Amino acid sequence: MKLYLKYVAMHLRSQMQYKTSFFLTVAGQFISSFSALLGVYFLMDRFHQAGGFSYSEVLLCLAVILMAFSLAECFVRGFDAFSAIIANGEFDRIMVRPRNEILQVLGARIEFSRMGRLLQALCVFAYAVPRSGISWNAARACLLPLMVVAGAFVFAGLFIIYAALCFFTTEGLEFINIFTDGGREFCTYPLSIYGERILKFFTCIVPLALVQYYPLLYLTGRSENWQHALAPAAACLFLPLSLLLWRVGLRHYKSTGS
Amino acid sequence: MIELRHVNKTFRVAKRNAGMKEALKALVFREYTQVQALRDISFSVADGEMVGYIGPNGAGKSSTIKVMSGILTPDSGECCVDGLTPWKSRKQHVRNIGVVFGQRSQLWWDVPVIDSFELLRDIYSIPSSAYRRNVDELTELLSLSELLRTPARQLSLGQRMRCEIAASLLHDPGILFLDEPTIGLDAVSKIAVRKFIKARNRERKTTVILTTHDMQDIEALTERILLIGRGQILLDGSLSQLKQRNSRTKKLNISYSTGTFQPLEGVQLVAEFGGHAEFLIDTEVIGVSGAIQSLAQNIEITDLSVEGASAEELVVSLYKEFAI
Amino acid sequence: MNGLRKYISFFRIRFYAGLQYRAAALAGVATQFAWGLLTLLLFLTFYEGNPDAFPMEMQETAAYIWLRQSFFALFNLYAFDSTIFEAITSGGVAYELTRPMDLYSMWFTKNAALRVSRTMLRFWPILVLAVLIPAPYGMMLPASLAALVGFVVSLLLGVSVACAFLMIIYDITFYTMQPQGVRLIFVSATELLCGDLIPLPFFPSWLARPLSLTPFAAMSNVPYRVYSGNIAGAELWQSIGLQVFWLLVLVALGRCLMNRALARVAVQGG
Repeated sequence: MKLYLKYVAMHLRSQMQYKTSFFLTVAGQFISSFSALLGVYFLMDRFHQAGGFSYSEVLLCLAVILMAFSLAECFVRGFDAFSAIIANGEFDRIMVRPRNEILQVLGARIEFSRMGRLLQALCVFAYAVPRSGISWNAARACLLPLMVVAGAFVFAGLFIIYAALCFFTTEGLEFINIFTDGGREFCTYPLSIYGERILKFFTCIVPLALVQYYPLLYLTGRSENWQHALAPAAACLFLPLSLLLWRVGLRHYKSTGS
Repeated sequence: MIELRHVNKTFRVAKRNAGMKEALKALVFREYTQVQALRDISFSVADGEMVGYIGPNGAGKSSTIKVMSGILTPDSGECCVDGLTPWKSRKQHVRNIGVVFGQRSQLWWDVPVIDSFELLRDIYSIPSSAYRRNVDELTELLSLSELLRTPARQLSLGQRMRCEIAASLLHDPGILFLDEPTIGLDAVSKIAVRKFIKARNRERKTTVILTTHDMQDIEALTERILLIGRGQILLDGSLSQLKQRNSRTKKLNISYSTGTFQPLEGVQLVAEFGGHAEFLIDTEVIGVSGAIQSLAQNIEITDLSVEGASAEELVVSLYKEFAI
Repeated sequence: MNGLRKYISFFRIRFYAGLQYRAAALAGVATQFAWGLLTLLLFLTFYEGNPDAFPMEMQETAAYIWLRQSFFALFNLYAFDSTIFEAITSGGVAYELTRPMDLYSMWFTKNAALRVSRTMLRFWPILVLAVLIPAPYGMMLPASLAALVGFVVSLLLGVSVACAFLMIIYDITFYTMQPQGVRLIFVSATELLCGDLIPLPFFPSWLARPLSLTPFAAMSNVPYRVYSGNIAGAELWQSIGLQVFWLLVLVALGRCLMNRALARVAVQGG
């Protein structure tokens, strides 16, 4: 942990060397997720509901996913850039150091400009929660942060799976974007609106529905089923499973030669 | 003590051919070739030894270094470094090694060098007293005092390499792997780097394994040479042994004013230009003085010199001999 | 003629290089297809929930989405030529000026070639797959012959407008010297305004009408709607006219900005 903070400090110092670029990028990140937000607003303003969910409920769903994604992105960004880390030989360097590889990969890339998106997520959260029309009680209040954390775990797991696949091939991994960037875009709406089959896929294989649709049913009082409330906890298992794949990949590492 | 026994490693590489037809074919069907990077590599290096590892590009030098430093897991064979198998107990093993990749930097580009050093202190958990002592010592030996406060991006290549080497030694490793440490450096920096490595080996008994294409590195630093080609160890011996082995060939340079050469058994003309000529003499066929005498019968010699083959030429002849 | 050959050979190299990356192309196709499918399902939900509020025919919307996915690489605003940014920020552009070439045309062609070559390999598998999906969710055939011709013409014009727009971003880099931030701000605003996130008819009408006159609407918006007949008749002529207008304006503006910037470079010596 102390070492990770050290990495954070180093990155902060590096990036502050280019202040203008840094702040412009933060602003860019902010605007880019603002565009997505406007897109949702225009659609909801026109149609008033999406598959039975109201605007305020969709907004809450969006806030949870955006927050989860930007948290995962802030901390696990190193994995997102992993193909570059392998290609430029940085990973060889990591392997000759007496620390956990994962910690070092995380430390290799920390981009503070991603804060732009996190900031946006916080704003949306602050706006959406009071307007969600949910009658809060203790269980529901606990569930909301659990959804965010579990969502961040699933996105982190996806980044790690991407990195683990890089050990085998660096070609054609673009398809993971469907789940990462695509997950962020499409999980704005409760996944049930895409139909039964898509919902099943996002329940059993990439468990993003477990952090938004099912707990949302419980939050909004549509369901009293405690299993729906515990779904995010189950989603957290995705992370250790992806770490397992990483271990397998690591043994397969063949370096780039030089 | 480093010991490798029967180490093998193969890579699978996709074939890529030029041209439209081939490109379309590759869309459907792709051929792969097995490249055996290391075949049955065995050798051992004693503590405090300094070994030069040479061979043409793609011969397997880097792969061997990567196996010994725990980056690569070989397909078969054993490797034992100070009682540990590098890829099995990676973390424990790498505490005792330092690695310099000449072509890649481990310093942070935008922050002062000393900050990179401090991060390394935390990565290796170096006690602060030992850290301070090492930094002071390395600063003095490599004359870094003016460089430490400068961001790495502003350093010249030679300055940066000195900092790289210091960075690899902060944790007092017993074994130092140097992968082309003098590549691209100017003459002054090269000599400074060599001097430092030599001193470190002598005073600290640090084991040094060095890969290079620069034969002056080898001549200045190492007693023992390992020659690798096509994934195999072809030769393991000392530089002087090698020289002796090739000592039957001498090189003769002459300048002359008039006359023409007559062919002579055991004497081979290698170059001729504007009154100068270069011969290789096979001393088992004809003696050096005999050759000069015969040559002098036909031409008027104005100047001459005789020399043994240089390390550079030695290696070229070795590559030729083993056809690598 | 000689100049043209240079551009053709550049195009060919890019195309071969693209072919080498089979898996990348396949993954790209799969990603675009899945993305399109999810978008379609989303709009379908809105359609079923409230068909009266739906501003286009479902089939037109489906055609819009599939065309967007197929020609993604053609209009992808995030795809820049990084070598150009490098030439600008490193001052290497001074070296480019020593060549007997018009820099604006050179960079413009480089960008267009990059986009076209990436698209060539990827657009048809997605279209074929989309045609196989039954109506009204699959890809329809063009509304009429006129719509097909109008589509091709406005597609070419639209790409040109997009490239001319990007040239202005390159030009701005001459002044800021920090490509990343400016680029991101421009691109993310443009992404929304040109109808990449949701088609322009789905915008509130107070915004959609003025927006349709801007250069943003002159990019991918026109061809994707002409194809299905959503834009036809007089409106078609008007849209194509606007595309030509904006192309001329943006090229003139881009050239002007570049000449000013280059004059600065020449004065400072790069």
